[in-house]
Amino acid sequence: MAVTVLIPTPLRPFVGGRDAVQVEAGSIGELLDRLSGEHTALRQHLFADDGRLRSFVNVYVNDRDIRQLSQQQTPVRPGDTVSIIPSIAGGTAVAEALPKLSHEEILRYSRHLILPDVGLEGQRKLKAARVLLVGAGGLGSPAALYLAAAGVGTIGLVDFDVVDKTNLQRQIIHGTSTVGQPKLESATERIRDLNPNVRVEPFETRLTSGNALDIIREFDIVADGTDNFPTRYLVNDACVLLGKPNVYGSIFRFEGQASVFYAAHGPCYRCLYSEPPPPGLVPSCAEGGVLGVLPGIIGSIQALETIKLILGTGDPLIGRLVLFDALKLQFRELKLEKDPDCPLCGRHPSVTELIDYEAFCGIGSEPSYDGAEITAQELKGEWDRNPDLLVIDVREPHEYEIAHIDGALLIPLGQLPDRLGELDGHREVVTHCHHGARSLKALEILKAAGFSKVRSLRGGIDAWAVNVDPSLPRY
Amino acid sequence: MTLALEHRQVNAIRQHGEADYPAEACGLIGGTVEDGRKVAVLLVPLVNRRTDSARNRYLIDPESFRRAQEKLDRDGLQVIGVYHSHPDHPPTPSAFDREHAWPWLSYLILGVARGRAGEIKSWTLSQDRAAFAEEPITIEERKVVWQ
Repeated sequence: MAVTVLIPTPLRPFVGGRDAVQVEAGSIGELLDRLSGEHTALRQHLFADDGRLRSFVNVYVNDRDIRQLSQQQTPVRPGDTVSIIPSIAGGTAVAEALPKLSHEEILRYSRHLILPDVGLEGQRKLKAARVLLVGAGGLGSPAALYLAAAGVGTIGLVDFDVVDKTNLQRQIIHGTSTVGQPKLESATERIRDLNPNVRVEPFETRLTSGNALDIIREFDIVADGTDNFPTRYLVNDACVLLGKPNVYGSIFRFEGQASVFYAAHGPCYRCLYSEPPPPGLVPSCAEGGVLGVLPGIIGSIQALETIKLILGTGDPLIGRLVLFDALKLQFRELKLEKDPDCPLCGRHPSVTELIDYEAFCGIGSEPSYDGAEITAQELKGEWDRNPDLLVIDVREPHEYEIAHIDGALLIPLGQLPDRLGELDGHREVVTHCHHGARSLKALEILKAAGFSKVRSLRGGIDAWAVNVDPSLPRY
Repeated sequence: MTLALEHRQVNAIRQHGEADYPAEACGLIGGTVEDGRKVAVLLVPLVNRRTDSARNRYLIDPESFRRAQEKLDRDGLQVIGVYHSHPDHPPTPSAFDREHAWPWLSYLILGVARGRAGEIKSWTLSQDRAAFAEEPITIEERKVVWQ
């Protein structure tokens, strides 16, 4: 008994019009060899000039693709059914329109060019590609560096910040020499040094509902390296409305996430999180801290996925969410389904244009703290006149260890509601933290508990170190 | 060979090309071979699987092809051709089309300029894979024959 080979219609004229033929063989390689030896006109359609199976010829053994088995070494037994299945490709004449590579570029990208999955065509696709990075910070740094090194022709950068010394622990595109410079300038300089073939298109602005569509429209792929919810929803919505893939990454402390949101082929960010968390629930990296290597890993995943989308190779991270735990060194993967009721990319979308994302995320509706804050200089003056004033430090003990104000009482914010009994309600109280956000929450807790004379130190211990006690380290 | 299409099929391909503009639309043509002509019976519109550059490339992956072929088999039909659109380009095959082409199949190409369907032409690959030759199309009203 031989192996049955099912022949697709386009190849039937070469095997006498039959839809199936019997071949004796022990492996796929041998089978294809015998088949094209018997029917010589078949060979040129199955094999390229270099003898390799053509990319659009797919061979299945009993319903399994030989690419998932042992390719041409896949064994076959009598009674097996082998199907030759076409994949069909084509398109307009742009292969000719892809940009050419200079001799310098051919040398520079040689390790790409010898990869069959990239090759000359792939490298020219990279050169033709236009990628927008939103944020030149922790995630944007490695993403921009790897995309530039890989030869992505045009990189758009959106950022309006200035390089700060505290950025350098993780934002490796910037350096000590560029502290104080706009991040866009600093990043452009570094990219130019790494690969002068890359064109950087800077957008020194905050991405807003007013400008997002105009900026994103000009790019093929967006990599989202933002650190806040309003911008994350804005990037997602603009990408869905414009039909662009959004390569997403986010990080916190020791954990990171990544996915590719591409509504035409899978879910979007809103399918995963239809609504933002209440403001304040998820701390930012400035409040919660982040291990510097972590954005290096997640940002590199974003660069990788971007390159895969450009090349059209591999399995993109569409419909999958990768969770990375740095302490356990563990990657987990969640399957994401498209939500048919998604307000943006579902069957009956209710969001059809960009909205006010600050309001959507509940930002800007916080109570006003007029008169509830005190500056560092004012506190110094009042405290000198009234030593009975109680200053409460609501930071964590490990922050207290870095720097603290002498005479302040340490009660971490999380413990405050349980330790109200230790406090004298008649004394004047000033709360302080690192930058002045947590101390406002502490102020609310104290007011709700009946403390009437409470204020919060504006700018936190950082303002105190700058304006009152320069001997303290800033962090 | 000649490719015989019906008016409504041509209209369906034109609509598919316009709907997917500026991406390339693609699909399979199921039919039969009668008196030396390929006669289109059923169109199978498919999702363009190219994620990287759908504007100028299309891909019908083997799984979609297999499913379409099974469906056509049940109706006693076979895949006689493929249609795809060329957004903002004339309906002539590119070098890329030829490199990736299968013999015998009709490659029906629709030009879509600025979102409006234009000319439609059919091509077949020469036996030596060297060139595409234009194939005559006839567009006719199918008469329903009651049996």
